Amino acid sequence: MNASTIRGSKATTATASLSHRLAERGIDRSLLMLVPALIFILALFIYPFSYGIGLTFQPSAAIQKTWGAGALSNYVAFFKDSFTFDSVWLTMRLALPVAVFNVLASIPVAFKLRQRFRGKKLLTTLVVLPITLGTVLTAQGLLIFAGREGWLNRFLIQIGVVHQPIAFVNNYWGVLISLVISGFPFAFLLISAYLSGIDPSIEAAAKTMGANWSQRFRKVILPLLAPGLATTSILTFVLAFSVFPSARLVGDAMGSTRVMSLMAFRAFGEQNDYPMASTIAVMMGVVELVVVCLILAWRSSMFKGSTGGKG
Amino acid sequence: MATHTVSQDSPGQDLQPPPPRPAKKRSGARAPGERSIAASPTTWFVWAGMAAFFIFLIGVLVSVVVDSLGKPWFDSWLPQHFVTSWYSDAWDQFGMAHIIAVTLIVALTVIVVSVLVGVPAAYLLARRKFPLKRTITLLFLLPVLMPPITYGIPLATVMYNFGLGRTLTAVILVNLVPSVPFVIMTMTPFIEQINPTIEDAARMSGASMRRVFTRILMPLLVPGILAASILVLVRTVGMFELTFLVSGPSSDTLVVAIYRAMTAAGGGEARQLISSMAVVYTITMMVILVVALRFVSPTQLVARVKESRDD
Repeated sequence: MNASTIRGSKATTATASLSHRLAERGIDRSLLMLVPALIFILALFIYPFSYGIGLTFQPSAAIQKTWGAGALSNYVAFFKDSFTFDSVWLTMRLALPVAVFNVLASIPVAFKLRQRFRGKKLLTTLVVLPITLGTVLTAQGLLIFAGREGWLNRFLIQIGVVHQPIAFVNNYWGVLISLVISGFPFAFLLISAYLSGIDPSIEAAAKTMGANWSQRFRKVILPLLAPGLATTSILTFVLAFSVFPSARLVGDAMGSTRVMSLMAFRAFGEQNDYPMASTIAVMMGVVELVVVCLILAWRSSMFKGSTGGKG
Repeated sequence: MATHTVSQDSPGQDLQPPPPRPAKKRSGARAPGERSIAASPTTWFVWAGMAAFFIFLIGVLVSVVVDSLGKPWFDSWLPQHFVTSWYSDAWDQFGMAHIIAVTLIVALTVIVVSVLVGVPAAYLLARRKFPLKRTITLLFLLPVLMPPITYGIPLATVMYNFGLGRTLTAVILVNLVPSVPFVIMTMTPFIEQINPTIEDAARMSGASMRRVFTRILMPLLVPGILAASILVLVRTVGMFELTFLVSGPSSDTLVVAIYRAMTAAGGGEARQLISSMAVVYTITMMVILVVALRFVSPTQLVARVKESRDD
């Protein structure tokens, strides 16, 4: 088909109409179906985002007074003001462990729930359930359940493990727990989806050839799972990275869980300093991008050989 | 690609079948295919972790429900009396009818618009080749990959500049930003797995593009659209960050209203009022989830992506 059409089209180039020639390159009227989506993404995403970036170079008077005049004084403020800059570290300290834990913990669970047993569907539904709870409800529940007078502390004291109530909430651990509760089901769902995409006969073949459990995992499953693992890590990290309600509600909003999104919102909602808020938001994007690139680099460096032609 | 991995691995030294298979010694008495009754340490570890997860999950859920029904409940295992007055109080005090109406209006509008905008774009991305296709695909992916607050703050600034702050329109517009790309992302693989020869046949028989769409594609796309709509519904009802940035008292959705009640000046509202609101929220979400799981298995959605990428 190819040879004849190409020859035919070349012969008719001179006389064919413009629309015909464009259609051969894949441009015709049906592309109009893409227009609403493009307008939408340009108007509601690209324009506000570039506007926000522009805004970061127009610092407010208050910022210019403290951190020196000039287009870059928002960025100077971000890096020099330790109250703001520390939030990068505080965010990473929460988001990275949570993302790593959620992904690593969901691998064995996904494996176990892949086997057939009674009540499998019920268990899967229960694991996935917290996705619907949302961070606000999880926070409210944690405050009651794990608070000083909550059932958890009451139980621990009753069985004599501890004498004083443990502070589970209003600190780093409260946010960590709430992020695991809301993030783990998500990671589990993705991992088990990717796992179900792997043909079990491949593993069976490896088993037949005498590969033991760890060999099968390292040499067969892991390379096939690597793209899925990378995607899951990225999405889980993004989810944990932008914590905001839980950091405020079950965390220590002015201390150990003063995350970047809280700082950005403070500048936006409380100080009405839109340029500074945009600066923090843009820096959040940059930090996140760095982590995403690191994950992607890890993925392409680690499994390039064994995955063969897989992209 | 799947078979590649094995055939590449199998000539390697690692997978040479070790003749005596020492690992089998312990369980040698079992018939092949039969499971041992004593579970391995890893299994125990996984189950213990799951148990801890469920203790927290159930504790969080039950304590919110008990709290919303109890009066008073301070330092005992259970409240002294069970009442339902918190629900009626919360209903009156927060104007729950209005909040729920706003939540539903926002969610339904977002679903309709994002399906109308997203599905045609997904169709083109799935079926056609055209210039700049990779760039456009990446453009549609960006809002899903970024933490909402990163683009939410510039977007909210733009909304306030246009005088849309705290209005229902603004809430709908910001919620569209992650939803449209989400519909495109889920519908593209779904359309890819519909056999294109069906459309070709319709077109050969003289059907116009619009007729192909309404008569041929729509009936085939209904399950996919339904699945995507339900997922958008879950995301929109649960979306906190974006809505919070632009909503005001008259345009708060349920999550945002709960958050505002929790952080209101003066230590927030009575805990039980918030708990009863949270229970209403959870029940709403769970109904949606149960309906969703009847129509769609998220596992299949991702598995389809993998298959379609392979060929």
